[in-house]
Amino acid sequence: MIPASFDYRRASNLDEALMMLSDGGDDAKLLAGGHSLLPLMKLRLAAPSTLVDIGRIPDLSYVREEGDALVIGALTRHRDVETNRLVGEHAPLVAHVAGQVGDPQVRHRGTIGGSVAHGDAASDLPAACLAMGATFTAVSPSGTRTIDSSQFFLGFLETALRPDEILTEISVPKATGAGWSFQKFNRRAQDWAIVGVAAVRGDRTGVSLVNMGSVPVRASAVEAALAGGADETEAASHASDGLEPPADLNASSEYRRHLAKVLVRRALEEARAA
Amino acid sequence: MKVSMTVNGARYDHDVEPRTLLVHYLRETVGLTGTNIGCDTSSCGACTVLVGGESVKSCTMLAVQADGADITTIEGLADADGELHPVQEAFREKHGLQCGYCTPGMVMAIVSLLKENPHPTETEVREGIEGNLCRCTGYHNIVAAALYAAESAKAGAA
Repeated sequence: MIPASFDYRRASNLDEALMMLSDGGDDAKLLAGGHSLLPLMKLRLAAPSTLVDIGRIPDLSYVREEGDALVIGALTRHRDVETNRLVGEHAPLVAHVAGQVGDPQVRHRGTIGGSVAHGDAASDLPAACLAMGATFTAVSPSGTRTIDSSQFFLGFLETALRPDEILTEISVPKATGAGWSFQKFNRRAQDWAIVGVAAVRGDRTGVSLVNMGSVPVRASAVEAALAGGADETEAASHASDGLEPPADLNASSEYRRHLAKVLVRRALEEARAA
Repeated sequence: MKVSMTVNGARYDHDVEPRTLLVHYLRETVGLTGTNIGCDTSSCGACTVLVGGESVKSCTMLAVQADGADITTIEGLADADGELHPVQEAFREKHGLQCGYCTPGMVMAIVSLLKENPHPTETEVREGIEGNLCRCTGYHNIVAAALYAAESAKAGAA
């Protein structure tokens, strides 16, 4: 399978990338690790006229402490997030989840920014960002803005990023010492989660769901129940409140609702015990 | 677009269409057909090569993305005088293959795994090759080969 033809532009810095993106018109796409985009292009589900390769922009791959937050450059590869000492110490959920994406080959190429910007309800890292209360930095020719993760995922593969914006940084509030859990239910190694749950329990509590709708979502009803004093089993019973989980070859909607309830309870128990 | 890269120590310069996948470039332009194409959907790992020493599925990378990179394929593992790489030797010793189709990708994935984790447990090996599918062996002898290669390296270093 070979992608449809496209114009290839390689950006050597962020300003150049922004310019190339604007020049590329409405269906220009950014290429980072390419592990979400290229499979879609090979299946001809995506056929951008221009690809702007940002994979070589040197200063967008990093992990730094900034006060109470850990900031991760958008081009940081999953493998580097997985093994980074700072992420392991202050956001172990994120490190663990980065290590659950795809397989080692995918993690060598795929980037955290690419995964977030792709906005797939079935992918793991957006859920981890939601549970951690992460914020995303986007840069465009008109300036820089910060978008809360809970406002970022708008619809099926659709995010709050405007066509002229580039996601540059993921800021994760430190959750040093907090309990956490990631429950990924799938039938085969390397598969997408049929349902997944990310949970953090510490100074702040965050619970989010993978593959339970058209977007990665916070389990708001679970969070509210916990805040209201519900026990874990009671809180977990609200796992799919207000959600319309998809039905596909792997699972019916009803089965996903069941899985969400079970996995949220397990996640809450594990995050408490941690 | 012009690309130049090092493949198994030799430099190659070619003009490629931007949509050319690295695996097609390696097989059809460079002429190294040891890297197989299996599923074509980033699932099976048959096309695994090393890019800068790390395992990558070459069906999910454009040749233009590999411009300037240092690539190693299965053909680049053995010595110039034909002595097998320890992981290849381990596959032979432990009978880690049957039909052989997944083998080049398996070997490259295990070379990368052992570079990151020279002394893996059996579980770490099994998780480390989760991106490579084999339909013949049931994986048992592949895992045995990876562990044998790690042991031999340890013995060699001692």
